[in-house]
Amino acid sequence: MNPKHPGVVAVILILVILTIPLAPIPDYWISLLNNIGLFSLVAVGLVLLTGVGGMTSFGQAAFVGFGAYTTAVLSTTYGISPWLTLPIALVLTAAAALAIGSITVRLSGHYLPLGTMAWGLAFFYLFGNLEFLGAHDGINGIPPLRIGHHDLFDGRAFFPVVWLVVLAAMFLTTNLLHTRLGRAIRALRSGTIANEAFGIDTAQVKLIVFVYAAVLAGLSGWLYAHLQRSINPTAFGINIGIEYLLMAVVGGAGHVFGAVLGAGIVTILKDQLQDILPKLIGGQGSYETIVFGFMLVVILQSARNGLWPLIINAFPAGPEKLPVPSDDSLAQRAMPKSGAVPVLDVRGICKSFGGLVAVNDVTFLVGAKEIVGLIGPNGAGKSTTFNLVTGLLRATGGEVLFRGSRIDAMPARDIAALGIARTFQHVELAPEMSVLENVAIGAHIRGSAGLLAGMLRLDRAEEKCLLGEAARQLQRVGLGEYMHRPAGSLALGQLRILEIARALALDPALLLLDEPAAGLRHLEKRELAALLNKLRAEGMSILLVEHDVEFVMGLTDHLVVLDFGKLIAKGVPAEIRKNPIVLEAYLGGVV
Amino acid sequence: MDATTLLLLGQDSLISGSIYALLAVTMVMVFSVTRVLFIPQGEFVTYGALTLAALEAGRVPGTAWLLLGVGVVAAVVALFRLRHALSLTTAIRIIITDIGLPAVMLLIVQWVAPMKLGLIPEMILTLALVVPLGPFVYRIAFQPLAESSILVLLIVAVGVHMGMTGLGLVFFGPEGYQTSAFSETVFDLGIMTVSAQSLWVVATTAALLIALYIFFERTVSGKTLRAAAISRRGARLVGISTDRTGYLAFTLTAMIGAVSGLMIGSLTTIYFDSGFIIGLKGFVAAILGGLNSYPLAAAAALLVGTVESFSSYSASAFKEVIVFTIIIPVLLWRSLFSPPAEHHE
Repeated sequence: MNPKHPGVVAVILILVILTIPLAPIPDYWISLLNNIGLFSLVAVGLVLLTGVGGMTSFGQAAFVGFGAYTTAVLSTTYGISPWLTLPIALVLTAAAALAIGSITVRLSGHYLPLGTMAWGLAFFYLFGNLEFLGAHDGINGIPPLRIGHHDLFDGRAFFPVVWLVVLAAMFLTTNLLHTRLGRAIRALRSGTIANEAFGIDTAQVKLIVFVYAAVLAGLSGWLYAHLQRSINPTAFGINIGIEYLLMAVVGGAGHVFGAVLGAGIVTILKDQLQDILPKLIGGQGSYETIVFGFMLVVILQSARNGLWPLIINAFPAGPEKLPVPSDDSLAQRAMPKSGAVPVLDVRGICKSFGGLVAVNDVTFLVGAKEIVGLIGPNGAGKSTTFNLVTGLLRATGGEVLFRGSRIDAMPARDIAALGIARTFQHVELAPEMSVLENVAIGAHIRGSAGLLAGMLRLDRAEEKCLLGEAARQLQRVGLGEYMHRPAGSLALGQLRILEIARALALDPALLLLDEPAAGLRHLEKRELAALLNKLRAEGMSILLVEHDVEFVMGLTDHLVVLDFGKLIAKGVPAEIRKNPIVLEAYLGGVV
Repeated sequence: MDATTLLLLGQDSLISGSIYALLAVTMVMVFSVTRVLFIPQGEFVTYGALTLAALEAGRVPGTAWLLLGVGVVAAVVALFRLRHALSLTTAIRIIITDIGLPAVMLLIVQWVAPMKLGLIPEMILTLALVVPLGPFVYRIAFQPLAESSILVLLIVAVGVHMGMTGLGLVFFGPEGYQTSAFSETVFDLGIMTVSAQSLWVVATTAALLIALYIFFERTVSGKTLRAAAISRRGARLVGISTDRTGYLAFTLTAMIGAVSGLMIGSLTTIYFDSGFIIGLKGFVAAILGGLNSYPLAAAAALLVGTVESFSSYSASAFKEVIVFTIIIPVLLWRSLFSPPAEHHE
């Protein structure tokens, strides 16, 4: 959704929210709408966590409980005003999320959701057994919210509070997604390797998202406590946690509006089914879980992205004319001078995986303004050498120096910050993000705006610089016309060039290219060679792995030849071409 | 805590630990073969226990109707998926196996249930009703998504859990039941008493674990499961159908779940939703064991049983809190000492 006049839309929505309580809508529907609002808040957090960030949580209900119990205890036992308990409730929820998150978010894939299930259950039983939380009976007599001299006793009066908060949460979350940090969050799903190689601390980004989602849940709990004015543990159990996830999945786990849609569908369906099903089946019970269970399975089988994309696709907007960012005010790095210390100095590095020695005592130099080719048969250890230099793997021996200082013990993201950028043999891009946004990931460490700046749109000046730089690099490599397409729609050869643009956006002093010419046609290879020559002339050093001998021979100043992890030859291309050891390695000694 | 209490709690730990061990081992198996984290495993425990309880009371268990219903759904889904390439013989085969057999089962159960045939025939009948649900569940929910990410499969598993719990309520009702024990005999060993039932539980568990070991090591079917666990693609390349290994894994998991239900049904009262928590404790054990080792999962299950028994003695209100938080140190350890793992959609 990219409305032309967001301000007007916001004003209209605020007016609608303020007038609904005055309209002759039955109380029943008002209270249902209030519930939808409360659930939407949690679901918006889950959209960010699960749909965007790729981390599944069944435990959000526990964070709702943290918010609700904090304000319930403080406002009843200690008589503190609900407005004062709000910051306390949010800080406490955030602290709990930080503690739990720092244990669980580093675990990828399935351990996180299983962990959330475990602590979701643990907190449910804890709430139900702690005396000061009222144990199974919960806490009654929670004071209502008070605005001026008005107590917000009934649902009708509460309605604007709930929905203005929901609107604010959606606004801030949408803002966040279109920022520097938002790109880092959206790139999480596609794996962590590329992000780390471009200076993003993925564990920290995950933790931020986790705490963000928990705080929204805590806020929902705070509202819930003062709306219901009595709470008990059943509202914060694992089944409710599963329902929150259902809402996000049904609505569309990748879309902020999907959260509200999902919360609406699930809440209304649950309400209606609780009336209808017992009449059909007889007896009484929570039969709606059967329908919910089937719904979850069917949606994942047939509409993986939820219902929201189906709805917006039904109303196709004309092709959007997105502006091409142009801004080149981003500060640039001073390039190393030739003749001084070598840019890259690899001294006897080794890497073994168990018994297999992938790289064995390899030594070479890359000087300033040099293009060095790293060649060798398949399995020679070229990509492993790249991973050792860029810190994605830790060497088991030897040293790596960049512009005179040791980098072999540094994590990948710190090495990136020094000015080493790379591409990958197997393309590592976020396919759903646009080409431009993928390149902007490369410029991530050249910006500094964080969570709050992004949510409040205080980062616009910096954002303009970063996107401008990304656009500039795309035009430079010849992909300017694809800027606003999703990266996944490009051909493999183009994706490799896209990776080069992303690497250039980091403003590197040393560029590592892993088979950049693979999948390119003859003319494209010539253009690539011209680009690399130009980069060298501008002062960049380049280390590249490539199988296209003609390409390598024509371009490089030196060659380093590996075979079975060992360095077998070094020298200028003309020498290497005649070197008998190299010929034997490549051709198996036939010559 | 005196020696008698200690021994009593130890015995208790061993019994519940045995059941968790069975569940944990099958969860590891299902996960490695199909990549499904099968949260609804506990529902088979419930179904097993409540089916036996109904048969003991001389009633037709809800599972008989449920099996027919699930069979009809499976048949409809299968016919719909094959609608473009459906031959008459395939259609007839699907209808006979998916609807015909469950219908025959229902008739048999309606005929024999009032006769109260005794514990052993009733147990066999229970397994005949519950075990086919396993492959049906795989076919309806998981097979179309077999190549999806672990996360998607996990969310589907949670959906199946919700569906099965809700259906449990419809077909068994909200009341709890306890079945009679395999044996009422109690041995008096001086300082403590040992019920024959607890010996049965431990012996059955041991027998099943040994049977599983032999199945994996000595039979072709077991080896196909191991092959699929190592590499689905590799298994397919050598002619193993991963659909078939999926059915097999889910048949085994339903069987072991139902057997656990038969054993646990006499030890505690089982309600339609009791299985979830029991199954999750099996999961805690499977995770403690790293989700990839049968012996570690079984050993961890004994630990879970022990923690549960001793915490129910000394901090009974917080029993579940303690059991579900022992997973945290393990996750912490993993997050500190394993490199940040990759996950691709």
